[in-house]
Amino acid sequence: MIKTESISKKKYLLKKIFSSHNIGDFIFERLTLLFAVSVFLLVLLMGYEMYEGSKLSIEKFGWSFLVNSTWDPVQEIYGALPIIYGTIVSSFLALIISLPLSIGVAIFLAEVAPPWLEKPLSFLVELLAGIPSVIYGLWGIFVLVPWIRNDVEPYLSDKLGFLPFFRGAPYGFGLLAAVLILSIMVLPIISSISRDVLKSVPHSQREAALALGATKWQSTIIVLKDAKSGILGATMLGFGRAIGETMAVTMVIGNRALISPSLFDPSYTMASVIANEFTEATSEMYLSALIQLALVLFVITIIINAFARLLVWSMSRKWKTV
Amino acid sequence: MENSLMNSKYFYYKRKLTSSIMMSLTFVAALAAIIPLVFIFYYTISKGVTYLNLDFFIAMPKPVGEPGGGMANAIVGTLILIGIGGAIGIPVGVMTGTYLSEFGNNKFGFMVRFLTDVLSGVPSIVVGVVAYTMVVLPMKHFSAIAGGIALGILMIPTITRTTEEMIRLVPHSLREAGLALGIPKWKTTLAIILRTAWKGIATGVLLGLSRAAGETAPLLFTALGNRFWSTNIGQPIASLTVYIYDYAKSPFEDWNQQAWTAALVLILLISVLSLLFRIITRSKYKTN
Repeated sequence: MIKTESISKKKYLLKKIFSSHNIGDFIFERLTLLFAVSVFLLVLLMGYEMYEGSKLSIEKFGWSFLVNSTWDPVQEIYGALPIIYGTIVSSFLALIISLPLSIGVAIFLAEVAPPWLEKPLSFLVELLAGIPSVIYGLWGIFVLVPWIRNDVEPYLSDKLGFLPFFRGAPYGFGLLAAVLILSIMVLPIISSISRDVLKSVPHSQREAALALGATKWQSTIIVLKDAKSGILGATMLGFGRAIGETMAVTMVIGNRALISPSLFDPSYTMASVIANEFTEATSEMYLSALIQLALVLFVITIIINAFARLLVWSMSRKWKTV
Repeated sequence: MENSLMNSKYFYYKRKLTSSIMMSLTFVAALAAIIPLVFIFYYTISKGVTYLNLDFFIAMPKPVGEPGGGMANAIVGTLILIGIGGAIGIPVGVMTGTYLSEFGNNKFGFMVRFLTDVLSGVPSIVVGVVAYTMVVLPMKHFSAIAGGIALGILMIPTITRTTEEMIRLVPHSLREAGLALGIPKWKTTLAIILRTAWKGIATGVLLGLSRAAGETAPLLFTALGNRFWSTNIGQPIASLTVYIYDYAKSPFEDWNQQAWTAALVLILLISVLSLLFRIITRSKYKTN
């Protein structure tokens, strides 16, 4: 009698300690938790590793790394301004080209296309996102760049040569090629997320508009207004992708750290500097500067992505609670 | 009276016209989005097919100037690299996804979910740099294992998120049935929930693997590349994507041609993976 009581007391204590139904559950939960924690730690570790790796350069250059415009491995002076400039300008211009198209695609997929057309078309757009970046680059070198050199740049400098953006020798490799290829690569991301966002707007919004006599386009405008924060999030995700895009850009941008208004001139992005120069970095300072560049890229993309995800999430949550 | 009627008719047609113009413009945008896809596929297939023969799959690369040769080492290298990546990314991704769906309705779960989403937006070259500082620097030489680790990190977000979503799709009644029979939660999750959801999880895994197969940037200074046959994971290893990059930049026309063929083979490899993906998802809907 006493024995069984003490056993049940022990069991009760065990239960209290593990606060769970049985020992298997306890182990299972902690095991999966361990992996979840490891993902959490991984992101912290990535930041820490790059901070450690770039200490040499951070100590020497500090914030001037971001505003100094000389990138000279021979004299060991590293300023990333032209590189940051190239990264932001190329991504921004790519967005300007891609955004109207992407929203058009999203509207077509979410509002206009009948189901039999929407499915295969969505598949094709997603296929565009699945092509490896190095194949975009290959295509860029042998198809896009010759086309730009022979047709696009002579035409632009002929018609719009009075603007500073379209001056210089038609070389092919340069900012323009990078912008065009980035705008193709960003399109599937922005359009597929925007399509999901548009679809999450309740049908009653459209029905209400149509019932008041609105045309299809007018009801679409109302839906777009409802979805604007989600579309902004999708755009930022696209921007984040463009900033970090490496192979295709490296292969066509010409790779020279240069601040020039002309789209014909070669440029450089953070990702392509790392890709090009990392294996050539012979001195410790050089390597450290490149790792610092990776750290800057990491921080920028994390901020952009965090903000964009919050926008997209808040959007989908808004309608769930209604 | 007449006038206002005319006016309203005018506005009616104007609104109608605007609407149909804008709607057809969205169709034009959709077509324009498909054009680059057609171009890329057209060039990859038409240019790649010239060198596509059995030799490409079983022979080694030849020195400059000698025609022919293949990329057997790169094909095997890519498979080894995504194999190492999968060995890291699949367990971490599936377990984390299981945690998020089973126990993750709390602040910590929210944070992990958020971080995996953010991680999926981190550029692959940054992951390459991290793999370099973590693996290559301590080992003091480039290696397949460093490249595989980079690919593994890149797979984690995709696999985690699909696993979580697929487990959430399993009807609650199945879980309740298991628990009602007195089966502990861990057994219910492993034997009932994961078993029901495994096809969905497998598609996520294949998606992660096929994306990893197309990665170049994180391999440039981790796995580096190798012109010789190597299956040693402690040594530099060749991969299709790095070959495409090197051969595309080279001044030799023969190598440029082979870059197209390598691109075609890479697309074929990824298509095989996504074909598996399609087959799995299809049979999933049939059994339901």
